[in-house]
Amino acid sequence: MIKKVTAPLTKEQLKDLHSGDDVLITGVIYTARDAAHKRLCELLAEGKELPFDVKDSIIYYVGPTPAKEGQAIGSAGPTTSYRMDAYSPAMIAAGQTGMIGKGKRGPEVIEAMKQHGAVYFGAIGGAGAYLSRCIKKAEVVCYEDLGSEAVRRLEVVDFPAFVIIDSEGNNLYETGRKAYLDSVK
Amino acid sequence: MREIDSKVITKAVRDLCIEANSFLPEDIKARIQKACDTEPWPLAKSILGIIKDNYEIAEENRVPICQDTGMACVFLEIGQDVHITGDLETAIHEGVKLGYTEGFLRKSVVRDPLDRVNTGDNTPAMIYYNIVPGDKLTLTVAPKGFGSENMSQIKMLKPSDGLQGVKDFVLKVVEDAGPNPCPPVVVGVGIGGTFDKAAFLAKKALMRSTDVRNAKPFYADLENELLEKINAKGIGPQGVGGHTYALAVNIEEMPTHIAGLPCAVNINCHVTRHKTVEL
Ligand code: SF4
Repeated sequence: MIKKVTAPLTKEQLKDLHSGDDVLITGVIYTARDAAHKRLCELLAEGKELPFDVKDSIIYYVGPTPAKEGQAIGSAGPTTSYRMDAYSPAMIAAGQTGMIGKGKRGPEVIEAMKQHGAVYFGAIGGAGAYLSRCIKKAEVVCYEDLGSEAVRRLEVVDFPAFVIIDSEGNNLYETGRKAYLDSVK
Repeated sequence: MREIDSKVITKAVRDLCIEANSFLPEDIKARIQKACDTEPWPLAKSILGIIKDNYEIAEENRVPICQDTGMACVFLEIGQDVHITGDLETAIHEGVKLGYTEGFLRKSVVRDPLDRVNTGDNTPAMIYYNIVPGDKLTLTVAPKGFGSENMSQIKMLKPSDGLQGVKDFVLKVVEDAGPNPCPPVVVGVGIGGTFDKAAFLAKKALMRSTDVRNAKPFYADLENELLEKINAKGIGPQGVGGHTYALAVNIEEMPTHIAGLPCAVNINCHVTRHKTVEL
């Protein structure tokens, strides 16, 4: 069964999201990669406001290709998430509730997810042409000088993902592999 | 002596950058299709279906298969009877610049590894020259994504580590990579040479069609054995569990020193892009 998720993602919604769930995300999400995270976390460290509302936000780790005429955005699949591990605990403490990326997360991120309440969604890495069709609108919020790495506000409709790590710390990368291996024993 | 104008090379590099980013090689498409048909694990199967839809959308609409349109790796096989008029290296970089700007591709290159300012046009290209007999020039452009490049490793094994050491190392690299490099992947392995040559061989292995096995039966068997062992790990596409982690293992080997056994593993994602023209 596919679960519908709306963004912003409230802490209330987190309780129904479990590792392994197939989801379709609709609403407003933000993009940020390494360079933008670095700046955002510097602002947090100085006690300043972020350029967008971080509370209940979902951040998508993506640096899209330039849009062609008639496209809202170019190809836009996830980048590898572990590069954001140094920044995610501070972002989660500031109110971020969702992350979309691909690949493993460090223990410090999972700890912050359990403590403050957040989930980690996986989108299909390398499916940028497919995923871009679920993004209906994209506009730069800040850090335009970073080009593809600028922070963008995206309006997404039925963006497909799965819950990799839920707010209790259950991890599909561990359980999925084990379940498959048990099935072929 | 045959003359080739460097402008012809610029145009060819430009077109290859754009085409390689929208059209997956036939052998990779066939392997993804086959994996879709045979993958036993339901979630893995549905992911492979989306991966297939994705390359079809990219092809149909001439948009990039993946948003990481890579660093442009340019391989040249230059016949020794070819003379190039104009500055070859400038011509290649110019082709990359035109391809990435006119082709709406992402600019993913920084001018310095530590100050990290984007060059704005995806230059410079990573260039590999090879001088060969004849009067032809063969150009290959392989846009290399870094999600998978970052999961690559090299190890200077000891001669006593032998075949088992090579197998263990390849399997360790795959285990370390797990879900990160957008599996299903293609695994390029370079064995022998020097530190740098082993790494080059691993990259060169990724340029070979996955339909072609190593010419030496010993290494062809090793490719098949490693592919089986990798997939038996159950990591699956995107790391969610399942059979299909690797689409192929390609090995390239060369002579090495009596004291050494260099082994490099270059991982490539399912967006294994390369396109070749002969001028
Ligand atoms: S590893 Fe490959 S498929 Fe994944 S984001 Fe990078 S280029 Fe795209």
